[in-house]
Amino acid sequence: MELTRKEEKALQGEYGDGLKLAYKILLSIGNANNATKLIPIQWAHISGVNFNTIGEAGVRFLSQIDKETKVTVTTTLNPMGYDSKKNNNISESFKANQLSIINSYLSLGVIPSFTCIPYEIFNLPKKGEIVSFAESNAAVFVNSILGIKTNKESSLSSLASAITGKTPYSDLLIDDLRKPTISIKPDIDIKTESDFGLLGYFAGKIAKDICVGLEINSESLDIIKSKAISAGIGTSGMCGMFTTKNNDCEIISFGKTEQTQVKDDLSTAEKGDLIVFGSPQLGLEELNLLGHLIEGKKFKKPCMIFCPRSVTECNNKMIKALKKAGADICCDSCTCLTPLITKNEYDSIVTNSIKCAYYMKHANKIDVSLKDTKSITKEYCE
Amino acid sequence: MIKINCKKIVGGKAEGLALLSNKPLNMLSMFDTKTGQIKDKDHDLFNQTVKNRVLIFPNCIGSSVGAYIFYSLKINGVSPKAIICTNKCDIITASGCAISDIPLVDGTGSSFKSLNNNTKVTVDADNQIVIIHTV
Repeated sequence: MELTRKEEKALQGEYGDGLKLAYKILLSIGNANNATKLIPIQWAHISGVNFNTIGEAGVRFLSQIDKETKVTVTTTLNPMGYDSKKNNNISESFKANQLSIINSYLSLGVIPSFTCIPYEIFNLPKKGEIVSFAESNAAVFVNSILGIKTNKESSLSSLASAITGKTPYSDLLIDDLRKPTISIKPDIDIKTESDFGLLGYFAGKIAKDICVGLEINSESLDIIKSKAISAGIGTSGMCGMFTTKNNDCEIISFGKTEQTQVKDDLSTAEKGDLIVFGSPQLGLEELNLLGHLIEGKKFKKPCMIFCPRSVTECNNKMIKALKKAGADICCDSCTCLTPLITKNEYDSIVTNSIKCAYYMKHANKIDVSLKDTKSITKEYCE
Repeated sequence: MIKINCKKIVGGKAEGLALLSNKPLNMLSMFDTKTGQIKDKDHDLFNQTVKNRVLIFPNCIGSSVGAYIFYSLKINGVSPKAIICTNKCDIITASGCAISDIPLVDGTGSSFKSLNNNTKVTVDADNQIVIIHTV
């Protein structure tokens, strides 16, 4: 990858240690991905905030970044490990590590958004603009639904791009590469958000390219379904985008057998001791739908709902109703690698989310019953 | 002495004894970061340490936060001297080596198969050359 004279100077450390480190990271990734140059970005979204994701090495790495270093574009942050305003049942050492991570990011000047759905909260750059998004569901969503271009970035690459305001020009940033070679055709009815999530999970697993096709009507995709597909694709592979306008693709069928196979991978329990919503965090539409479905009823089992704090502030009335029904509203955090749900307390959970199911099963080692929102509220509310 | 052309991913120059594998590594799940040992029973490098070696392997797999494991190995003093990826170099290895100052080259297309473990190898990433020191 070629650097400009100014970038070369930054790499040599002329503009401080923070920029030197950031350019070093981008150069390595650019070299690995055959990028030809760096290009400006309009926004960065950084992952690797929850202590469970980056561990002690991440804490140490972030704390040694030169304190003069600042981000140069608008930068938002993924969820942390717990709700900052609640008395969570979390160890002191976890909290100390988590606070260290947050302080490191705050010192860089990022917005402490603690959300994995920046696309539902912020006014993002326009269609066609280039960003650096590390959260996988958000990267797939903005590429596929909003037409904003990003590669599926990592914690380190998005951090380096936030500091430099640039990203290596490669892969999904190049229009000619935003095209699939295979396309998944559902041969069964895909109705609920969980169905769309399973379709996404299957597509992400099958796709070896950075973009995958889906033979579905794009007009049928509301925000809830789009989110479910994006999170499914982001969870199961390296693919960073889907498109519904596909030509010259190899068609792969997604029938009953395929659906059952992916579902059996994730859904291993009949019932759950805990109801979990979120991952991605719930936005306003999902909260409204849930509130509508449980109106006047109560959850029969404990229920945790993960959503951004800013969304709860938009609809206080709905949040009150959900709390009245027995839900525990968890802000700042999400189910992915959460320390809030442990095997000591629960053998199984029920959720509508494919991403939540995957991480509960693989990271938290908890059995999962996968059902859509309507079925959950029908079975678990009275 | 054999010279092999490689592609620079992270600059620098270092020398060490080769540690070879044909299998990818999952940084997050396979390493003891205190000793640098690979702890996956199914991996052909099981119980071997990467400390001070020139690690020659295809590429990393798994979560991108695996990059921080290279940093862990470095600050614990048990990191490899240099790394050669024999498949397409991935961003976990690239960014991990970048933050840990480990010279890294992509050796895709070059044959390291005939190389024996413990052969002395020099990785000169800046000049995009790997030197195999034959006895």
